[in-house]
Amino acid sequence: MSTSTPNLHTIVSLPDQSTAKLPKRHYINNEHGLLSWLLTGDHKRIAILYLISITFFFFIGGAFAGLIRLELLTPQSDLVAADTYNKFFTMHGIIMIFLFLVPSVPATLGNFLIPIMLGAKDLAFPKINLLSWYLYLAGGTLTLAALVLGGVDTGWTFTTPLSTHYLNTHVITAATAIFIAGFSSIFTGLNFIVTIHRMRAPGMTWFRMPLFVWSNYAASILMVLGTPVLAIAIVLVALERLVGIGVFDPAKGGDPLLFQHLFWFYSHPAVYIMILPGMGVISEVISTFSRKRVFGYTAVAFSSVAIALFGFFVWAHHMFIMGVSNYSALVFSLLTMLVAVPSAIKIFNWAFTLQKGSITFETPMLYAFGFMGLFTIGGLTGVFLGSLGMDIHLTETYFIVAHFHFVMVGGMLMAFLAGIHFWWPKMTGRMYPESLSKLAAVVTFIGFNLTFLPQFILGYLGMPRRYAAYPPEFQVLNVLSTAGATVLGVGYMLPLLYLGWSLKYGAIAGDNPWQATGLEWQIQSPPLTENFIEVPIVDYEAYDYEWLEKKQREQVTTVG
Amino acid sequence: MIASTNPAMHPHTHEAVDHAEHEHVALPQHRHHFETEEQQREAGSFGMWLFLLTEIMFFGGMFFAYLLYRNWYYPAFTVASNQLNVPEGAINTVILITSGFFMALGVWAAEVRKKGLLVIMLILTTVFGLAFLGVKADEYHEKYELHHIPGASFSTAMFTNPAAFGLKEEPLAPDMAQHTEIFFFLYFAMTGMHALHMIIGIVILFWLTWRAHRGEFSSGYVAPIENFGLYWHFVDIVWLFLFPLLYLINRHPLS
Amino acid sequence: MGISPVLWQFLVKWLHASALFPAEASTISPYTDALYFFLLAMTLVGLLLVGVLVFGFSIRYRREKNPVATQVEGSTLLEATWTIIPLAIFLVTFVWGALLYFRIYDPPANAMNIYVVGKQWMWKAEHPGGQHEINALHVPAGRPVQLTMISQDVFHSFSIPDFRVKREVIPGRYTTVWFQATDPGTYHIFCTQYCGTQHSGMIGEVTVLSPEDYQKWTQQSTSGMSLAQNGERLFASMGCNACHSGNAAARGPNLAGVYGSKLTLTNGSQVLVNDAYLRDAILNPSQHITAGYAPIMPTYQGQISEDGLIDLVEYIKNMQSNFRVQQTLMTSESNQAAPTTPTEGTTSETVKP
Repeated sequence: MSTSTPNLHTIVSLPDQSTAKLPKRHYINNEHGLLSWLLTGDHKRIAILYLISITFFFFIGGAFAGLIRLELLTPQSDLVAADTYNKFFTMHGIIMIFLFLVPSVPATLGNFLIPIMLGAKDLAFPKINLLSWYLYLAGGTLTLAALVLGGVDTGWTFTTPLSTHYLNTHVITAATAIFIAGFSSIFTGLNFIVTIHRMRAPGMTWFRMPLFVWSNYAASILMVLGTPVLAIAIVLVALERLVGIGVFDPAKGGDPLLFQHLFWFYSHPAVYIMILPGMGVISEVISTFSRKRVFGYTAVAFSSVAIALFGFFVWAHHMFIMGVSNYSALVFSLLTMLVAVPSAIKIFNWAFTLQKGSITFETPMLYAFGFMGLFTIGGLTGVFLGSLGMDIHLTETYFIVAHFHFVMVGGMLMAFLAGIHFWWPKMTGRMYPESLSKLAAVVTFIGFNLTFLPQFILGYLGMPRRYAAYPPEFQVLNVLSTAGATVLGVGYMLPLLYLGWSLKYGAIAGDNPWQATGLEWQIQSPPLTENFIEVPIVDYEAYDYEWLEKKQREQVTTVG
Repeated sequence: MIASTNPAMHPHTHEAVDHAEHEHVALPQHRHHFETEEQQREAGSFGMWLFLLTEIMFFGGMFFAYLLYRNWYYPAFTVASNQLNVPEGAINTVILITSGFFMALGVWAAEVRKKGLLVIMLILTTVFGLAFLGVKADEYHEKYELHHIPGASFSTAMFTNPAAFGLKEEPLAPDMAQHTEIFFFLYFAMTGMHALHMIIGIVILFWLTWRAHRGEFSSGYVAPIENFGLYWHFVDIVWLFLFPLLYLINRHPLS
Repeated sequence: MGISPVLWQFLVKWLHASALFPAEASTISPYTDALYFFLLAMTLVGLLLVGVLVFGFSIRYRREKNPVATQVEGSTLLEATWTIIPLAIFLVTFVWGALLYFRIYDPPANAMNIYVVGKQWMWKAEHPGGQHEINALHVPAGRPVQLTMISQDVFHSFSIPDFRVKREVIPGRYTTVWFQATDPGTYHIFCTQYCGTQHSGMIGEVTVLSPEDYQKWTQQSTSGMSLAQNGERLFASMGCNACHSGNAAARGPNLAGVYGSKLTLTNGSQVLVNDAYLRDAILNPSQHITAGYAPIMPTYQGQISEDGLIDLVEYIKNMQSNFRVQQTLMTSESNQAAPTTPTEGTTSETVKP
């Protein structure tokens, strides 16, 4: 353990690089060979498998985003025909939502960290954990199959009766893919909930858990309760395509709005499945780099649970203009306003965590600041859409596209990158190159704003979403957006390159480069397969930096 | 798949035990084998309950659709419901409850470590489960013969002109009769999904019987049996909702 | 400058046109824009607040200035503040938005009605006077216009951004939207709900005319047959008049003046007869049996197009007496060439006054 450095610009304290080495035994070199990975029960190895696969799908989804922006450079649909464009945004949506955003933080960082943060040796059900990765992979492969066979053009929302009766693309293949990927996410959520309830180390009470665990817990509840409803909606779409009896077809007495209800009953909570774990990452990062306990720990913890609960009762705000009754429109609008409040609480609590802190600005912190700004915009523009009268003009335009990209990409992806950088030394034992990664964070932030701010304006001007061709007066803003997307693309490529580089050449990180308090930082990096040599006894609150200093003074570590 | 939950813990707990033996750190909270076993057992059954919760949400979507359409097309639903085979449904209810009873006995047998009894109970559970599926298949066949399977061969003739089929029903107007297809679609979707759960259950039962026969559950390790029991009872309970909803509450006395 | 002249021209053109905000071309627009500016202000203030806090604290409490953090547990007072203030603002937004919603979706009683049928991938507008338009809509300025819309296939959504109105166009049920255009000119119509391959081609133009021009346009572009007249023809050709003849002994209820009245059905419920009811009663008659009548009407599901249904609805809406029904009936009965379903040609001859 190194002592505090005189350099006050950074908190990072690395071991002496001339003598430092990675630990002799850790989870990566514990066993060798491909099979030892493919048949592993180790939550950390499964997290790495997930990380590799979701990165793969992220770049495929990103490639589609690039193609979409390229097509929208000009008003005519000249790069590709309209039906190809429709397949682009459908694949972009399906891949990014079901194969990247939903599993992103939980399946990688959550999988890696939750057992360690709780002081457990693994998740409750290691084999089910592995199974869920295979299900994810099967879902991903089927999605790729649908893509290779000719694509799907339903849009990721599978709106009936369009998806059931009017399209001749590979809807059933894509539906099966989502069904299977859905079970992957159910099993992940189930595993987390059981682990959090039953596997906490002695002394790890509910209110000593890191906020990252709380937010993943809330997201897991949503996964376990919401996903099955999506599954049944998807099954009904597939059956309807096969048998065609008209359960969603009004000409035969069916109700197309029933599908909307079932679909959004999952797909709205899914938004919180995607964002909540990201919020957990931000709590960890902000606390660590301001050396302070998160302001109002309890409020932040409960706001996650509140978001999960309210999140289940706002689905019909996707249907305000579809002729839901006035009363339900009012109720759902009101509830939508309520669900915005816990998010506001979180933002202010994070801001006040900085107060009286001792702040440094490493890469994860920069991403976290980016998250706070972008999520504030994303969240508040959500209020526009929850407001009934405003929603009429804004829904189904680029405004809504910009809104959810601010939440999902500006929020979740920023949080994901913050988390990856933050825990990279723990996962690999090596540091990423700091200045290059700061550059990437800034480039991402600029590129993101350039891409999506013009889309708010486009939306208010009335440009509908999912248009391959658009009136020429919208071109300037679309060109801006495409230019931004190029910058954003560079911003995402950079981490892929330098993180890869750091695997071999990065500085040895040591156990606790950030001087953080979580249990995961008290063990070696990369951790042992069994995480802890002996079961830790937790006798301190979360984010207790005084405890950490005391411990470091006494030169006592839980890991010898 | 479901029952594999617990064996998954097995190597893991051994590892923990190994450590305890090798390093032997004397901490009062250190997990002894029994405590870990307890924790594992609790985790397993908690996980099973959560899984059943997702199953409830899964069936919930279909129940929601059923209630919506029943409300809209009440006359079609009552007449179509009258065509379901109540005696066979009732027999199936009894069969399934009996099967659940044997399953419960099986769990008890495992807990008191009676290997022979456990194997017999699991076999009886399987036999009654298969009997249920057999009766169900007969019902489906009957629907096939009456052209009540949604799709190309579906016919509403029986509902527009019941007299021709020797029924004392009031005839339905053709537009309403068409909606009987939605009833039968939901009937097949719901009972089919239920039957699929039965089939998965029976596959697992074969596997559990084989393991029980090898004596794996005769030394106090009963979690797979207990958790499978939860699953099997859940499948029973779903049927206990399906039977009245589909067969009984729409029924009306024929004059 | 190095900027290409083409691009420069383009930018100038764009800035001259509606660069940041769409034109305000309906009476609703200013109301929507007011709420929009309120929400924009809320967002900017919120963002500014978060920015000031984050940057302020970052500068004031950076490690160089404040090497040791002071631990603070939290503050119930502060947390209550930033729970209650956002909640209050959000509730204001809710009430304001709800009022605007009802303003946009509750049509005034004197609105003129135009039917719109959406299908892959075009908009068909049908004016009661018999003007038919595709991907175009002519409306007078200064008069409330209600659109009664339905889709023939999948979900569409009818949107006129410059009027700030939009509504989903759904198969199987009428939805309505209304607006009162203020400035003559042409404005975009978009389909905003993804509806298949040519979704982005499902666009059109609404032309707002001054009342005089509109008058002129109506006279020039009429097809000669009003929707109600078409409906009358269809009513006879489908044989509706055989039962709905208005006679006391007729097998079907009297339809004259039924629109807007309250009917009692056989199941005892009371319903208001409006467009949606009439359409439903034609397609699913058995659920709409007027008390005292037998459920003998066959369904017309799949036999009449949405346009035909609109004609029938419009006809029944305007049916004040049964005089013409009976007249038509007499003629078609005497015309034995096609007793049950007379062909288009024969009926149109018999119907023409």
